[in-house]
Amino acid sequence: MAKVLMKGNDALAEAALAAGCRFYSGYPITPQTEILEYLSWRMDEVGGEFIQAESELAGINMVHGAAAAGARAFTTSSGPGFSLKQEGISYLAAADLPAVVVDVMRIGTGLGDISLGQGDYWQLTRGGGHGDYRTLVLAPASVQESVDLMIASFDLAEKYLHPVLIASDAAIGQMIEAVEIPEAVEHDIDQFEWSIKGCKAGTEPRKVQNIYYHHPDYEGFLTNKYAEMEANEQRYEAFEVEDAEIVLVAYGISSRICREVVDVGRAQGVKIGLIRPITLWPFPIKAFELAKSAKAFLTIEMSILGQMVDDVRLAIGDACPVDHYGSIFEIPETDGVLQAAIAFLNKVKGEV
Amino acid sequence: MKIKAPDTVTFTKSGFCPGCGHGLAVRLIAEVMEEMGLSDKLLTVVDVACGSLNIESWKFDTVLAAHGRPLPVAVGIQKVRKDNPVVAYIGDGAAYSIGMAETMHCALRNDNILTIVINNSLYGMTGGQCAPTSLPGQVTTSTPHGKDPKKAGMPFKVEDAFGGFESIAYLARGSMTDAANMNKSKKMLRKAFDKHMAGQGFCLVELLSPCPTNLGLPPLANIDWIADEMMKYFPLGEFRGGA
Amino acid sequence: MEKLYIEPDRCKGCGYCVRACNKEALYFTGNVNQKGYDTVAVDDEKCNCCTACYRMCPDYVFEIR
Repeated sequence: MAKVLMKGNDALAEAALAAGCRFYSGYPITPQTEILEYLSWRMDEVGGEFIQAESELAGINMVHGAAAAGARAFTTSSGPGFSLKQEGISYLAAADLPAVVVDVMRIGTGLGDISLGQGDYWQLTRGGGHGDYRTLVLAPASVQESVDLMIASFDLAEKYLHPVLIASDAAIGQMIEAVEIPEAVEHDIDQFEWSIKGCKAGTEPRKVQNIYYHHPDYEGFLTNKYAEMEANEQRYEAFEVEDAEIVLVAYGISSRICREVVDVGRAQGVKIGLIRPITLWPFPIKAFELAKSAKAFLTIEMSILGQMVDDVRLAIGDACPVDHYGSIFEIPETDGVLQAAIAFLNKVKGEV
Repeated sequence: MKIKAPDTVTFTKSGFCPGCGHGLAVRLIAEVMEEMGLSDKLLTVVDVACGSLNIESWKFDTVLAAHGRPLPVAVGIQKVRKDNPVVAYIGDGAAYSIGMAETMHCALRNDNILTIVINNSLYGMTGGQCAPTSLPGQVTTSTPHGKDPKKAGMPFKVEDAFGGFESIAYLARGSMTDAANMNKSKKMLRKAFDKHMAGQGFCLVELLSPCPTNLGLPPLANIDWIADEMMKYFPLGEFRGGA
Repeated sequence: MEKLYIEPDRCKGCGYCVRACNKEALYFTGNVNQKGYDTVAVDDEKCNCCTACYRMCPDYVFEIR
């Protein structure tokens, strides 16, 4: 298929269809509403099911049902709506159900506002809902990557029988870029023994519920499941990291700025590099092993509190200082990031 | 006449309290499914409360949904498995309190799912708290001096709220207080399943059901209380799709 | 000839069947089952296999065969 110009949200929706997804239920909230609108007509064309649910709660629970029945199913939301999805995500995780939930992040706590933000990092990576769970979290930094990760997310969800989250943001969702949608695959709803389809006489009924009710070694099973995800699914990009003294760590829209910061900084003789986590969980600690010369790490996020700082500290131990630069109100700019990086590096060197 | 409860419910012993109505409702579902030849097709969704115990006491593929969310889960299932009957089996708290929006909008969209609401006038699993269906003056563990309608409202009647939805396929209330009413309730369920399998849309059957443990009544006294007190507020009958 | 069969181990002693029986054929025996409930028995002379007890039993104690 040739490249076409598409908005991030629309391309993500089309990618879900290319992955064989035929069930979507969502609720309008800016800045993810284009996904709902796009699928309201496009799902009909491909013979799938589109439901505008009465709430985000209903939307995620419809996905719960569709996933239990064996379909590839997904829902999308943002900000306050994504908080309402958490109940259902916890139930999906508890029941070992594969499904995909997209958070097109917007600014702020509470209502916040409709402009872009990256403030859901903790909610995305720490479980978000009640209980002892985490989910795979994929963070696209372009329209093409929204497509690629959307398709990968269904495969990962089925590989681990676990919900997968996509951490998009208002900028990635709203921007228009050239994109190639891969050829569509078909999904067979009868391919899983565990999916509900009717209990034949003389066989055991399928029970889609907290698997710990019946699992003989639930703690061991769960420990291994997360260990496998951490070992096998770390994804990242590293730019100019090997000899870098200061390493930026950024994902999504912020990482695009930081990519330019590295070029500008290098042209000025600053030994600067960038680690771009593509999986926010599992956090790509393997990338940090490449940063052998690093004296400091600086996360660049649209956040006041620096939500990714903890994960960088966990990745590097006490090797060197970690700080954060960013604002919730605007995308970090190249000059500001570079100056902050140089200032932080100088401060660290002065302290050494 | 020869009669035997279906194998789909007699393979094990139920874990419900003595006199609990769940066992009665479950048998009606199993009988209707057996008569219609749908026992191996039925897909069920249970709520988290006492009805969730059915996941161990019936032989139907079952999904355990979050409290108040069995209806949207059932909708998701039905859209994927269009040839299967899909039942959401819930209590009055799930249907009319925490899941009211879900119940209302499934009816509004006329989703082709069959909802069975076990109305026992209170929250059973958590120990007998006041529900939207509790009667005026009813003593519960959260209304120790009796339910005050000025504070908590009058009992919620599903026919008042949904009876005006012209498109829904079926809306009825039966009771499980005596053999004659069991027969009537079964006919309601059969009618609902017929309409559901014909794709006519939203069907809801509410069944008045004893909960002796939480009402603090012996089982027979609970049956009498339903007939004498509960039915004053919850008349039996077909409110939509009866003709 | 049809006959009512009772599985006392399933019984929880609620008494719905005793009330449902128009022939007064069912009665509590005072025999406690494994779960600790007083269980019912039938007087075959009075029983006409009307199925009322089956219909009102939440625990599937009765069968007519």
